[in-house]
Amino acid sequence: MKMDTNPRQSASLGMYGLFMATCRREFSLSFRRKSDLVNPLIFFLMVATLFPLGVSPEPGFLAQLSPGVVWVAALLATLLSMDALFRSDYEDGSLEQLLLSPQPLFVVVLAKVIAHWVMTGLALTLMAPLLGVMLFLPAEGMPGLMMSLLLGTPTLSLVGAIGAALTVGLKKGGVLISLLVLPLYIPVLIFGSSAVQAAVTGLPLGGYLALLGALLALALALAPLAISAALRISISS
Amino acid sequence: MSEPLLTVQKLFCERDDRVLFNQLSFALAAGEIVQIEGQNGSGKTTLLRILSGLSRNYEGEIFWRGTPVAEVREQYCREMLYFGHQAGVKSVLTPEENLRWYAALSPMIDAAAIPEALEQVGLRGFEDVPCHSLSAGQNRRVSLARLYLSRAPLWILDEPFTAIDKRGVAAKEQLLLQHAQRGGSVILTTHHELGIQGPVRKINLDQLAGTSA
Amino acid sequence: MAEKKWMPRWFYQLASPRWCYQITGKLLPWFTAAALVLLVGGTVWSLAFAPADYQQGNSFRIIYLHVPSAILAQSAYMLMAVAGAIGLIWKMKVADMVLKSAAPIGASMAVLALVTGAIWGKPTWGSWWVWDARLTSMLILFFLYLGVMALNSAIENESTAAQASAVLALVGLVNIPIIKYSVEWWNTLHQPATFKLTEKPAMPVEMWLPLLVMVIGFYCFFAVSLMQRLRNEIIWRERRTGWVRELLNKQ
Repeated sequence: MKMDTNPRQSASLGMYGLFMATCRREFSLSFRRKSDLVNPLIFFLMVATLFPLGVSPEPGFLAQLSPGVVWVAALLATLLSMDALFRSDYEDGSLEQLLLSPQPLFVVVLAKVIAHWVMTGLALTLMAPLLGVMLFLPAEGMPGLMMSLLLGTPTLSLVGAIGAALTVGLKKGGVLISLLVLPLYIPVLIFGSSAVQAAVTGLPLGGYLALLGALLALALALAPLAISAALRISISS
Repeated sequence: MSEPLLTVQKLFCERDDRVLFNQLSFALAAGEIVQIEGQNGSGKTTLLRILSGLSRNYEGEIFWRGTPVAEVREQYCREMLYFGHQAGVKSVLTPEENLRWYAALSPMIDAAAIPEALEQVGLRGFEDVPCHSLSAGQNRRVSLARLYLSRAPLWILDEPFTAIDKRGVAAKEQLLLQHAQRGGSVILTTHHELGIQGPVRKINLDQLAGTSA
Repeated sequence: MAEKKWMPRWFYQLASPRWCYQITGKLLPWFTAAALVLLVGGTVWSLAFAPADYQQGNSFRIIYLHVPSAILAQSAYMLMAVAGAIGLIWKMKVADMVLKSAAPIGASMAVLALVTGAIWGKPTWGSWWVWDARLTSMLILFFLYLGVMALNSAIENESTAAQASAVLALVGLVNIPIIKYSVEWWNTLHQPATFKLTEKPAMPVEMWLPLLVMVIGFYCFFAVSLMQRLRNEIIWRERRTGWVRELLNKQ
């Protein structure tokens, strides 16, 4: 008796269905464990607070520093949240099942990273004006700040996910991820903070945003590949 | 005799300076149940991980329906169900949500049959309870519910009866037998004495270990 | 695994650690001799006989160490990434071992480039460090090396560690042009573009010839170090095979 091995029409959700199901799952997982959501944002705020405390609260000085400081804080907050991307799935065995799915891995990976970005990077972007105010960022710089973060943080999430995938099998992945990923973050940091600087001084932003967009496009195209390869490698031992 | 589903040829694997198995060859036909036996640490889990495709740390060839597995990866993943050491169940989600996720991952799983499957594993009434409120045994049963949902012919099960009570074990054994009678195949490892009323082939890794290089 | 073989035969021969061990054993004395001759000769030439730069005087001579080490640091990274790619695609153990061996050498070259760059900077602008484009890029390259080395040592399983490092090295490779471009651009934004650390106007022959000798000498030195580390790595990884046991018993 031959088994019916053809996928049923009703059962086959296809790649789009898998993408949406994964996003929904990620959101459910995070919203039920609210601390995961909020911690990076608190960290973001705290890091920005360190600068006036550690250096000088003088408005003129802080205003000069603010584009870079907000960007560095966003970068570090994103980095901090990356370790959790695959770790829980690895620990309860879901990651194995994910890798054995006949559907292309990059769909799930992309969904996870995008969901993660919505909850971290996008949240940071929305919170950024608050930090801008605390650090005396001139009002002209705010739109530039938000646009540069909007374009830059997805790249940070994508590249950070590569580090997370490479270290998911290790027990203490946290600091190692930072070591692996920080050099790769530098171009985004440079263009992102320069975009804000340009906005503050009234210069046109277009070029910087285009560059950030190009980096994002490159990351969208290549990172899922690297992440999938890294996940398969990490789980194979 | 129909073509064997899964063929393994001259499989070699070593880990931590120890050769786990060498020159391991066997073929699995439709309707067969194979039990991999061996002491703890003899490589049973490693073998199952290699067969499922999770681990690439081996030498030798594996064929699915006559074609090398590497060439038909997608088809193989579609037609195989792997049950590993860990339940693969998210504790924050409910059993139903967990199973819906599996249905999205694999087209061979019929999402409409989820409530029935949960009933079959004795979790009726628990569909909406988050899995962290369930016991370890109940969590494993959530994952085992996939066996009732999947139409994949090959089942690779690593210690499927852990934390399941005697009655549950008997029910699952019955399920395995039915699957084999329908033309499916099973490879499993278990510490339990299998009480399946049917032929179960055994491959003992301890006996096979250390054959000539 | 039945695969189409599109590379020449010697490529697949390279896959045998034993063959590699033997061939590196034969090549090692030649490269060592070449490295010694070129490095010693080049150093003497550059220190004693090459003309001093009219602007920077004798401190300019550090360029004979700085430029070769910078070139080597970059080439070593490419070699490492290519070896990693070969290891991933063709699953060659030797390629993995080359990656693991090349990383520390490349990292040391990067450190040398940074230190010599700093030494060059001190008499010229009076500070040990300056955030110019070349030095900053070299620093980031050093971080990339450290990342690969850290990942390789963090994962216990050797083949998994090699594959993971290979992926990281390739990701780094793709990023290097982006990083260089962005750092250069950042540099022009924040510093007047008048003075560049390693600005090389058309050099007279007496200057670039010893430089060339030093560069080739450095390459030979790199080859020697790589081969030695590779041989060690081969012996260690293949320690349980027959031919290694024989080799060790003979000694």
